[in-house]
Amino acid sequence: MPVTLLGLTFLIFFFTSFLSPYQLVSAYVTSPRELQAGNVDKIIEKYGLNQNFIFRYGRWIDGLVHGNFGWSLSLNEPVSKVLEQRFPATIELTIYAIIPVIFIGIWLGVVAASHHNGVIDQVLRVVALLGYSVPAFVLGLLLLFILYGVLGWLPPGRMDQWAQMIYYAKSFHHYTGIATLDALLNGRIWVFLDILKHLIDPVLTLSFLSIAGLLRITRSSMLESLGQDYIRTARAKGLSERVVVNKHAKRNALIPATTVAGLMFIGMLGGVIITETIFNYPGIGSFAAQAAEQFDYAGVLGVAVVFGIVTVIGNLIVDISYAIIDPRVRVG
Amino acid sequence: MNMERFIKIAKKIARNPTSLAGLLLVLFYVAIAIFAPFLAKPPYPDTPYQMPQSGWSAIPKPPSWQNPFGTTQGQYDLYYGIIWGTRTAFKVGIVVIGLALIIGLIVGTISAYFGGWVDEVLMRITDIFLAFPFLVGVIVIVAILGPGLNHVMWALVIFYWMTYARLIRGSVLEVKENQYVMAGRALGTPGYRIISRHILPNAIFPVIIQSSMDMATIPLMAAALSFLGLGAPVGYASWGQLVSFSRNWIVSSTGGNPFAYWYTIVFPSVAIVLYAMGWNLLGDALRDIFDPRMLI
Repeated sequence: MPVTLLGLTFLIFFFTSFLSPYQLVSAYVTSPRELQAGNVDKIIEKYGLNQNFIFRYGRWIDGLVHGNFGWSLSLNEPVSKVLEQRFPATIELTIYAIIPVIFIGIWLGVVAASHHNGVIDQVLRVVALLGYSVPAFVLGLLLLFILYGVLGWLPPGRMDQWAQMIYYAKSFHHYTGIATLDALLNGRIWVFLDILKHLIDPVLTLSFLSIAGLLRITRSSMLESLGQDYIRTARAKGLSERVVVNKHAKRNALIPATTVAGLMFIGMLGGVIITETIFNYPGIGSFAAQAAEQFDYAGVLGVAVVFGIVTVIGNLIVDISYAIIDPRVRVG
Repeated sequence: MNMERFIKIAKKIARNPTSLAGLLLVLFYVAIAIFAPFLAKPPYPDTPYQMPQSGWSAIPKPPSWQNPFGTTQGQYDLYYGIIWGTRTAFKVGIVVIGLALIIGLIVGTISAYFGGWVDEVLMRITDIFLAFPFLVGVIVIVAILGPGLNHVMWALVIFYWMTYARLIRGSVLEVKENQYVMAGRALGTPGYRIISRHILPNAIFPVIIQSSMDMATIPLMAAALSFLGLGAPVGYASWGQLVSFSRNWIVSSTGGNPFAYWYTIVFPSVAIVLYAMGWNLLGDALRDIFDPRMLI
């Protein structure tokens, strides 16, 4: 894992070697005052931006380790501050999105498999096909069109104006940065409900594709385990269909589904870039899109490092949980 | 693949209604892409991908005789944009998947055939590329190269070849164990000939299925980047851009009828969804044929 992380930062930094020293300056400074006339060349000198690649790489890693991600040109703030403020919002969104994916996806997959080739199965096949074929930016905009443009129910953003007044007031304590949790901890139930209301649209957009994916995986692994000999034995013993499906078939079918669910959580982290942009949700995804559009290299690099670290850790957790669920993996 | 086998596959697809629907949808879009110059005649033949504007007013106009699907923001003709956007989608899909497939084939085959430290090194490199969520990696590259459709295609290739490399590696590892490969070796057949004549033809099927599915997702990924303003330049016929134009009109309440600008979102969305559906159904059909073990 440390090798992957090192390789990852190396890869990101390698891409930046296509940029000129002048373009790279923003990834190093900590305030725009440093960029005043004539100073740019001094900064290039100071950080060795005209030096060789390995030297610059070492300098950059050193900065990252000390929490210096550079200056974001698009938001006029240090990147580390932007990430600190926005990362919890993204985590909040993905956690709310993964919960329906796991429960609904697996449940629908089991239902589809136990009604193989029946009406429900056919309907769910269409649902899965739609999930694969409707891209997030289309689904998100259609939801925004219907639920906000036409019905006026679910506005974009993270919370309404009045909730913001309370949320950003001095008396409001930001314990975790996860807005719904903070609102509850502060005893602000209406703020909590308002934030929840704003989360519905992005969560639907983000989870639909993954629900379809998990539905398909669960269905096919359920069908496989329903065809096994021990299922025939269970049926021959006269067990009820419910027990056969839930106790015998589902247990084994869930192993691949769990791994896929973990991978989907990681896949979702990429999906937040589009979802957050559609709904003006202030997370690191919408920041990434904005930074990329405005040539804010420091911002893009910072976001990429964060996403990379989260992905590597996520993969590790998936591997470990796989070994816990399936004892056969541990033997090797 | 000889003709006889091809006909056999086509017959199998035709027998299943959903597979047939997928094939017909794909053929429909192929026809649109091929006949684009006849379906929507470009006003300036040198720059056919530039959508013509019928005026300078910002406000979209509903469908009429002149603009069958209406016009979107900036008076770009939606019909023209969708027809030529089909070509853009195929261009992106074929170029990106083709290049990623070549890299993946080389890396995957070398890795699996030689094994040992070669395999170890190549797979570690693959892991590093896989440590990004796909879209994040693509955005890093596009940010550095600058926006533009060609840059988006490069970025997609750089962060997509790993899927094919892994798929091919796994499938070559399986095929390698067959006795006919050993027989080839015992007869002194050179390595490249064993790979090209004996291993790859038998290991390629999972890749064909995957690339059919990718013909749906990769152009949509490019469309998503156009939607974010990182892809095709303004006015370039691309589905993602048409959808992003509509955002300003369907959300801000125009007072009165909220459906006033429905056509700006509905027509491009239908084009995108049917396109993706066609390729996904075709991919499913191919999987049924090539890999009957997988239960669908």
